[in-house]
Amino acid sequence: MSLPGSGLLRGLAVTWRNLTRRAVTAQYPDALPELPPRSRGVIALIEEKCTSCMLCARECPAWCIYIDSHKDVIPATTEGGRERSRNVLDRFAIDYSLCMYCSICVEVCPFDALHWSPEFEYAELDIRDLTHEKDRLRDWMWTVPAPAALDEGAEDPKEITTARKAAERASEREGR
Amino acid sequence: MAELADAVLRVVLVIAAFLLLPLLVGQTEHKVMAHMQSRVGPMYAGAFHGWAQLVADGVKFVQKEDVLPADADRSVFRLAPAVALLPYLVALLAIPLGPGVVGQDFDIGLFFVLAVMGVGVIGTLMGGWSSANKFSLLGGIRVAAQLMAYELPFVLAAASVAMAAGTLSLSGIVEAWSPWWLLWQLPGAVVFFVAGLAELQRPPFDMPVADAEIVFGPFTEYGGLRFALFILAEYAGIVVLSALTAVLFLGGWHGPFPDTLGWLWTLLKTGVVAFVVIWVRVAYPRLREDQLQRLAWQGLVPVALLQLVVTAAGVVIVG
Repeated sequence: MSLPGSGLLRGLAVTWRNLTRRAVTAQYPDALPELPPRSRGVIALIEEKCTSCMLCARECPAWCIYIDSHKDVIPATTEGGRERSRNVLDRFAIDYSLCMYCSICVEVCPFDALHWSPEFEYAELDIRDLTHEKDRLRDWMWTVPAPAALDEGAEDPKEITTARKAAERASEREGR
Repeated sequence: MAELADAVLRVVLVIAAFLLLPLLVGQTEHKVMAHMQSRVGPMYAGAFHGWAQLVADGVKFVQKEDVLPADADRSVFRLAPAVALLPYLVALLAIPLGPGVVGQDFDIGLFFVLAVMGVGVIGTLMGGWSSANKFSLLGGIRVAAQLMAYELPFVLAAASVAMAAGTLSLSGIVEAWSPWWLLWQLPGAVVFFVAGLAELQRPPFDMPVADAEIVFGPFTEYGGLRFALFILAEYAGIVVLSALTAVLFLGGWHGPFPDTLGWLWTLLKTGVVAFVVIWVRVAYPRLREDQLQRLAWQGLVPVALLQLVVTAAGVVIVG
């Protein structure tokens, strides 16, 4: 059982304590926020890595990724050889008015063409302008932070191991 | 001629104070309330910590359309903000800042100020009735109930000081004041302050305008300049209540420095009381209607009556 009116005094004390402390407000447009490095601001695309495999577009729960592509025929390099074909990306667009930032497209991309960028200032006055094309998505790629360093003593990344093995083989061949 | 110039000067000064002080209290409320809630409040208007926020608000209010509800009682609806605001201007006229520093020193100053402050509430009541809106009407009725409940302890507490000083003149009361009144008249001071808050419909006694249940009570249909006048009336009311509390219970211009600086003391005490008004608003939730009435009739009225007895005993024994 507490004294009657002690709650009222406690209320005054709480507000007084707040008054004497600095507010935590961030003056946003004047001072940019310090975001954690892996913030999910916007999805960036490395166009060169994309093979138009459509995995991201199909997995997207909001159906907000638009991909157009066509097949390009590469003539045979040797005589009598077979012609090769490859996919050329014509359009890659993400509609950020639909996107729910679930990150499934980033997870599912087999070639690491999609990345999270902490950039968040892409508001538009018209909802239709929120569909951003691949040029804009490519530009955001420059704002993606470098991947975190591997743990000490960890295995080297696959790319490096393969490259090193190839180099070793080449030098062995030369030495022989 | 000199008499006329003197009167004009006094009126001009009172009007200047009437226009400046409520804005000062409003701006303080903006900032103090913000910081008490760990925010920063207005920061942009006027470049330095939003000092011109209320000026910007005023410009906005002036630009707004003057809306009149179709079923409103037009003349009453138009008149209400003025009735709410002007009494506080008149009341300010009679409140002394220092010895001789007063708009008009009445012999019955206390009676005059209390009577005039009661009129201010009528303005809100008029607004509630004339809006032809059920929320406004509900708010108006709550205002009436609140006025009935809190006017009594308000006047009783003030009467206690008048009894102790043996005069109804506000200057006379300050002159008769001595520091031990702070203890002797303490219950009366608390009753006066709380009842005054309720009369101004300030949180936690803002049942009449309770925005979560009856939109904005009597002010629901008001917009633009008329609404601004109502809000100005609220802040002018805070100034008048704080000044009255300072003059009646906190000793007005009595302070450590020579009497010529007395007006500064009165202003300082008024400022401190106004700060407490803001503080109480931030710290407490709104009282329910039945709690409101119970506090007045079962809490404040008995305490005020008891204070009267104590004062009477003190006057008889000491005086």
